[in-house]
Amino acid sequence: MKNKCDKCNRPATHHSVEISKEGEKVAINLCDACAAEEGLTMKSAHAPINELLTNFVKLHSGGASGEGESGKSGEGGSPKDTACENCGTTFADFRENSLLGCPMCYKTFEQPLSPLLERAHEGGTHHIGKVPRRAGVGEQRQMAMQRLRRQLDDAVMAEDYELAARLRDDIQQMEGER
Amino acid sequence: MTLRNITEHAGEWLRGAGPQSDVVISSRIRLARNLAGFPFVGHANRRQRYEILEACRSHITNKRLGDNIIWVQLADAMPTDRQLLVERHLISRQHGSSKNEIPRGVAVGGDETFAIMVNEEDHLRIQVLRSGMQLTEAFEQINRIDDILEERLEYAYSRRFGYLAACPTNVGTGIRVSVMMHLPALKLTGEIDKVKRAARDMHLAVRGLFGEGSEAQGDLYQVSNQTTLGKTEQEILADFEHTVVPQIIAYEQQARQALLRQREDQLDDKIWRAWALLTHARVIGTEEVLQLLSHVRLGVNLGRLDTVDIRTINELFLLTQPAHLQRITGSEMDPATRRVARARLIRQRLGVR
Ligand SMILES: [Zn+2]
Ligand SMILES: [Zn+2]
Repeated sequence: MKNKCDKCNRPATHHSVEISKEGEKVAINLCDACAAEEGLTMKSAHAPINELLTNFVKLHSGGASGEGESGKSGEGGSPKDTACENCGTTFADFRENSLLGCPMCYKTFEQPLSPLLERAHEGGTHHIGKVPRRAGVGEQRQMAMQRLRRQLDDAVMAEDYELAARLRDDIQQMEGER
Repeated sequence: MTLRNITEHAGEWLRGAGPQSDVVISSRIRLARNLAGFPFVGHANRRQRYEILEACRSHITNKRLGDNIIWVQLADAMPTDRQLLVERHLISRQHGSSKNEIPRGVAVGGDETFAIMVNEEDHLRIQVLRSGMQLTEAFEQINRIDDILEERLEYAYSRRFGYLAACPTNVGTGIRVSVMMHLPALKLTGEIDKVKRAARDMHLAVRGLFGEGSEAQGDLYQVSNQTTLGKTEQEILADFEHTVVPQIIAYEQQARQALLRQREDQLDDKIWRAWALLTHARVIGTEEVLQLLSHVRLGVNLGRLDTVDIRTINELFLLTQPAHLQRITGSEMDPATRRVARARLIRQRLGVR
């Protein structure tokens, strides 16, 4: 796509393809004024197209720390080069192709990911939509387990071994329910 | 029900009916879902991909989703079949063109109102397509499908990030709302760029007929949300129904009226030249067809041309695409032969010799 008008040298804002009599495709690039002269287009004052793709890769190519379109070198870059324990994806891998490797990557990279998500989602940081019934149950179970484990730690610290034994049984039973 | 059956006519979403169908061609919603306990598709090995495919397929072909579900194992499908599915918007280009050895598939059901891709970028991409402006209906349908699948499949989900997706731009609700709009007057008046910029300011993506990277052929534009985290599904839908789509429709209608008022002769000339070419051309390519159909469609909607109905025009948008054309004529053709066959098909459908 040419940036200059075919007829004059102003920036082209109208781009189209016409088929010539010989059946060849011809790209047409015109500025507002020349397009209006061509017939159908009406004069209207507006800035040239800014085909800035707001896609995610570009959003985060400036680094998690910096605002604006500056540095590609990303001095704020890779806060950690740790790999996801589950799938081996590193944050550098993610920067490369903007895809994560597995659900656990969201936990592993929660820190560097958070500001990127916030920018990509208009400031959204937490999910507030539909909750799958099954995952809801799973989350409740995980929360209950966490609570039991904490209580178990407390019981062991307090040397209440009778309570600790009971809590351990509860935890084992819950793990069996998965 | 097989792929053969869906060739001859256009799917429900091109009926040319439904609310606001003079501007809104179709409403589409898709959900990105992944199974818990597996890597995302890009990181899964062949065996895992196969396991994912089988787990999903067995639940998708569940009777509760409908009786006439077509399952297509894409790795084994003929290239024209895959292209056909892309042209009908039942699978993405990416899903159609991936390497053959990658296990992946698609289920199509409900008179093509829904399609479920397995092993695209995410394990599951559920999609519902309706003609005209029917987002509420589309959402009800997709939510029901999601509920049914969720009874048997455990989705990867986190309390903070919602439904987890391979690309973080899809995380949260995993919902993508796309409304395909026919905006010929905004294109002719050069105001389309203004609309595009406004849309981007509202965090919306504007793409062409075939999604990412495709130019807006036939003046068809898909407008879709980019934000999936921190908003409910209902909020995202309401933005479209009450703000985005009505505004763009209003702009387009104003542009149409302005053309009629200020450039009536040039407008009629465009419309009737398009009609003349469509009805008389002997050799014609897809891009040219889409542009001509666009102008004729505008003419019909404005009551300047009454020799054809919208449904026929909508169908031609689809049937003149390469894979459809080859299916209808029943033969594989090189591009040059297709251009001749395309011109003939158009004349037939438009009832001229
Ligand atoms: Zn110029
Ligand atoms: Zn991972």
